[in-house]
Amino acid sequence: MKQTPSQTVGPFFSLGLTRRTMNALATDSTQGEKIRIEGQVFDGDGKPVPDAMIEIWQANAYGRYNHPDDKQEKPLDPSFTGWGRCETDKNGVFFFETIKPGTVPGAGGSVQAPHVNVTVFARGMLVHAYTRIYFGDEPANDTDTVLLSVKNKARRRTLVANREGRNGKNLYRFNVRLQGENETVFFDA
Amino acid sequence: MIEVKEYKPRDWKSHPPYRYEGYASSVKRAPLKRLLRMKQTLSETTGPILGHEAVQPGDADLTRNAGTAGEAMGERIIVVGRVLDEDERPVPNTLIEIWQANAAGRYHHEVDQHNAPLDPNFIGAGRCMTNEKGEYRFVTIKPGAYPWLNHPNAWRPAHIHLSLFGPSFVTRLVTQMFFPSDPLIPLDPILSSVPSKSGRQRLISSYAHDVTEPEWALGYRFDVVLRGRQQTPFEENGR
Repeated sequence: MKQTPSQTVGPFFSLGLTRRTMNALATDSTQGEKIRIEGQVFDGDGKPVPDAMIEIWQANAYGRYNHPDDKQEKPLDPSFTGWGRCETDKNGVFFFETIKPGTVPGAGGSVQAPHVNVTVFARGMLVHAYTRIYFGDEPANDTDTVLLSVKNKARRRTLVANREGRNGKNLYRFNVRLQGENETVFFDA
Repeated sequence: MIEVKEYKPRDWKSHPPYRYEGYASSVKRAPLKRLLRMKQTLSETTGPILGHEAVQPGDADLTRNAGTAGEAMGERIIVVGRVLDEDERPVPNTLIEIWQANAAGRYHHEVDQHNAPLDPNFIGAGRCMTNEKGEYRFVTIKPGAYPWLNHPNAWRPAHIHLSLFGPSFVTRLVTQMFFPSDPLIPLDPILSSVPSKSGRQRLISSYAHDVTEPEWALGYRFDVVLRGRQQTPFEENGR
């Protein structure tokens, strides 16, 4: 059977998808380092996109996904699903309150640097786009197979969120550029 | 080593390109650089398991889920279908979220300023889980066509938006379901962005008289196909 074609979420997706807030993944009892990931979505003219939606999927602090296919012998965290969703505001801004994920297995027995898996939707996007958020202060980035597969170093940096302190919070900034010179690396995952 | 059962790639003959000239909003929002191919890892083959606790039976009846105790105006319809993978295996227990315009062609959304009446008894959003056989069922009203500013005298054909997850991060799909024999279908740039005629056809539901309930509501059927698993090496060798 053939895959059902994708279509855009259109301008009114918040009605069906974001009437409830779903961007707080971490609660007080969640294990791990609490972080905030914040960013903006920009179009090809560098204008903020006020009707985009970002979804994230990540491992818990031990590096285990809350999913039956992850059979690693690492603990599950009952207070962490690893999934979140946030629409952008009028300035194209989104954010997530989460924890920094642990490392997870990669291709060929390698270990992947901590990362967050990202899906980008927007009015005007006929198909969602896949990208990843890596953490700028993470030494394991230097050996991550997926990150190193981006040969152009400037483009590789589009996948890396840099840490900023703000009111004692651990903030990582990650912008999504849908198009243009600094277009975010998107995957054919 | 952790075993990873990969999913088949996105079928770009079925999906639209990011940039489709006829859909004006895609022009500046389309990624234009080549997508980076990647080998799937646990990050891609796992995904959120949503909805089990949260979904109530009434969430799938959009004619009555506005919380007003009143019933929505319009032509009552029943939409059923199956969610399958490319190998025709049912996708059970997966969340489907839908949203749509009301019978007059207006969304319950502040951005929608179309001069058509709002219906206080219709929000236009619903959700349900597929059952063990991958089947789903919604009761709603037939959405109206509505104008938009893409080009002069542009009208969207009646449609319902659907969002699905499937079993993994890479089976995610957001799409739109259209209605048979709608004269606006060939004029719609969003549906026309689908590159093949057969692909466009797969987004058009069919009238289902076996689903229609006498003296109550018309039935439509719309099946959804998500990405399936790659064949295992064993199966490949066995051919």
